[in-house]
Amino acid sequence: MTGKRLELPGYLLLAVFGVIAPLVFPAYVQQIAMLWIMIVFALTWDTMGGQMGYNSLGNIFFFGAGMYIAAVCQIWPWYDVGEYTDPSGSLTTSFTTDQYFLGLALGVVLAAIGSVVLAALFGLIVFGLRGPYFAIGTLGMAIAAGELIGAWDWIGGGGGIRLPVFPSGTDAEPLFRVPFGDIQSADLQGVFFYWTCFVLAVLTFLFLRWLYRTRFGLMLNAIRDDETKAEALGVRTQLYKTVAWSISAFFLGISGALFGNIIGFMEPLEVAFPTVTFGIFMVLMALLGGKGTLWGPVIGATLFHIIKEVTWTHLLGWQWVVLGLLIVVTVVFFQQGIVGWLQERRPEWFGIEVDRGTAGQRADAEAAEALEAALDDAGGPAREPVR
Amino acid sequence: MASPKPAAPARTGFLSPAWLKSSGEGWTLLAMIALVCVVLVLISGQAQTNLTILQVAWQQNIQLLLDGLFIGAIFALAAYGLALVWGVMNVKNLCQGEYVIMGGYIAYYLYANDIHPFFGLPIAIVFMFGFGWAVYVLVIRRVIDRDLFTSLLATFGIAIVLQQGLNLIFGPEVQTARSGLPTATVTVGGGAFTFAWIKLTAFLMCGALALAVVIFMKRSRMGQAIRATAQDARAARVMGIDTDRVYAFTYSLNAAICGAAGVLIAMIWVIQPFYGITHSIRSFVIVTAAGFGNLPGVIMAGLGLGVAEQYSGFVLGADFQQATVVGLLLLVLIWRQIIENRHRRVVE
Repeated sequence: MTGKRLELPGYLLLAVFGVIAPLVFPAYVQQIAMLWIMIVFALTWDTMGGQMGYNSLGNIFFFGAGMYIAAVCQIWPWYDVGEYTDPSGSLTTSFTTDQYFLGLALGVVLAAIGSVVLAALFGLIVFGLRGPYFAIGTLGMAIAAGELIGAWDWIGGGGGIRLPVFPSGTDAEPLFRVPFGDIQSADLQGVFFYWTCFVLAVLTFLFLRWLYRTRFGLMLNAIRDDETKAEALGVRTQLYKTVAWSISAFFLGISGALFGNIIGFMEPLEVAFPTVTFGIFMVLMALLGGKGTLWGPVIGATLFHIIKEVTWTHLLGWQWVVLGLLIVVTVVFFQQGIVGWLQERRPEWFGIEVDRGTAGQRADAEAAEALEAALDDAGGPAREPVR
Repeated sequence: MASPKPAAPARTGFLSPAWLKSSGEGWTLLAMIALVCVVLVLISGQAQTNLTILQVAWQQNIQLLLDGLFIGAIFALAAYGLALVWGVMNVKNLCQGEYVIMGGYIAYYLYANDIHPFFGLPIAIVFMFGFGWAVYVLVIRRVIDRDLFTSLLATFGIAIVLQQGLNLIFGPEVQTARSGLPTATVTVGGGAFTFAWIKLTAFLMCGALALAVVIFMKRSRMGQAIRATAQDARAARVMGIDTDRVYAFTYSLNAAICGAAGVLIAMIWVIQPFYGITHSIRSFVIVTAAGFGNLPGVIMAGLGLGVAEQYSGFVLGADFQQATVVGLLLLVLIWRQIIENRHRRVVE
C-alpha cells in the first residue's frame, strides 16, 4: 500500500533523474547504471524476502547464471567456446557490429529464459526448506555454483571469460547518431548500457507494481503470513513459490547479462557469484529501505549505493568493514527500514487510516494499565521465552 | 469383533507418477539426482584416474583417512560450539568460521614473532572469550528475541566485518603456523604415507579440550545453568538464573572454543582471512546432521565430514573440496526436511 501523495512525485523524480543523469553527470554514467542494477537487485530480492517471507541469501546465483549464459551465447555462434576461453589466448577474435548486437540480444533473452529454468529446477530442491534453513541452503547453493563454475574449464574455469569488445564504429560512420552530436566511441558503451539498465529497472518496477496488486501478490503475502494455513486453504504454495522465484530469476538473469558486458570480464568468484558482496547487498538494500514495500527497495538501493560509492573513495581499504558494520547496524537497530519507519510515523501519507478517536484513546489507556500490572507482577520487564 | 479400520492410505510405488504428484519430495529427489549426474559427468574423466590411483597405491587411503580424522576432530570441536549457541540461545551463528580463523591468526602472529604456536592455545581461549563477550553485549543480546533471520543476517554482517578486518591486518596470503614437530614417512606394504606428529598432537589437544568442555557443562554451576536455560529459559529465570549472563557466557564460550580450534587448524593446515565461511558451513553441516545436544553425533559427523572432504579433494580435485562441503550441506538440509515432512504427514 504505497502512498497516493508520495507516489506521483516519486515517479517523476525517478524518471527525470534517469533521463537527465547521463547528460548532467557524464563522468558517472557507469556508477548510475550500476544504481539501476542495484535497484533491480533489491526489488527482486524483496519479491521473495519481503512479499513472500522467504529470505534467500543466494539470489545472486541467477545473476551469475545469467552472466555466464549470456557470455556463452555471445561467443558460441561465431567461435568455439572452449578455444575462446583457453587461457593461452592463442585465438584472435573480433566481432563485427552485427555479430556483437545479435549476440548480445540472444544472450539477454537466453539469460532470462535460462535463469527461469534454473529457478524452477532449484525451486524443487530448496523450497522444501523453511525459515533460516532456506537462507542457509540458498547461500550454499550460490557458493557451490561459484566453485563448480570455477572448475569448469570449457567456460574459462577460475580464469574467467573476457567478453566481446563493444564495437566502436568510426568517426565517419558512428554507430548511433544522437540529437546532440555524435557520442565519442569510448563513451558509447557506457551510454548504451546505461539505457538498457535504466529500462530494465523501470520494467522491473512496473511489473512488480502490477504484480503486487494482483491475486498473485495476495497469495505471496498469504505464504509469508502463514504458509501452513495458506496451504490448508488450498493455495498451491509450491507453485506460487516457484513462480515468484522464477520472476526474480528472470530479471536477475538479465541484469547479470548486462553487468557482464559493462565490466567486460567475468570470473566466477568475485564477479559472477559474489555471495558476500552483491549477494548480501541485495538483502541489506531491501531491509534498509523497508522490506515488503514497493518503494522500500528502490529507496534503500539508492541510499546504499550512494553510501557505498562515497565510502569507496574516502575510506580506502576500510570500505568493506564499514559496509559490514552497516549490515549489522541496519539489521539490529533499524529493521523496519526507511519506508517501514515512515509508515509508522506518518501513516496518513500511505493512505492508512488510524483511529485516533475516543475508542483508540481508551484502548491505549487500557493497554498501558495492563502493561503496568504485568510489570508489577513480574518485578521487571519480562523477556519472551527463547524457543 | 473387528472394528472397521480407517482405510490405509493408498500405497504408491516409488517414482510412480502418483508418488511424484503426491509428494514434493519425489521431485526434489529427482532434481537432486539429475544435478549430481550432471556434475559427475562433467568431472568423470579425472575422477576415474584418481580412483585408480587409490586402488593401486592403497596406502594413500591410510593417508586420507588419517588426515580426514585429524582435521575432522577439529571441525567437530568448532561445531560443538555452534551446537551450544544454537541449542541454548537459538542463534544461528554465521560468524563461527571467522572466530576459528581469528584463533588461527593468533597462532600465526605468535609464530611470526618466533613464539611457539602452542602458546596460542591459552591466549586464543582467553582473547576470544573476551571478544565473544563484547560481540554479545554489542549485537547478539539485541537479536536473541527477534526472528531467526535477524540473527542469521546480523552474524553474517559480523562475519564480513571480521574477515575484511583480518584481511586488512594480515593480508590475503594463505598462512600456516609451523610447529616444528617432525614428520615421519611410514612404509607399509611397498607404499608409503606421511605421518605428521603435529596432527596427532593437535588431535589429542582437541580431545582434551572437548573433554574439558563436557566436564565443565556437566559439573560446574555455570554449566548446569546453561543446560537449564537450554531446557526452559523462563523456568530457569524463575529459579533465579540470570539468563542474560548465561547467554553471554555461552556465546563467549563458543567463541573461545572456536578460537582454540583455530589455533589447531593454523598448526596443521592453512588459514586465510576468507576461509571462515567454509568453516561456518562445515559447522552447520555437522550440527544439522547431528542435531544439538548430541555429542556423539557431532563427533561422528565431524570425523565423517573430515574424511569425506579429504576423499573428495583427492578424487575430484582440490577445486571441489569446498563444493563438496556445500553440497553436503544441501543434502543434509534436504534430508532433514524430508524427514520432517514425513513426520508431518504421519501426524496429520
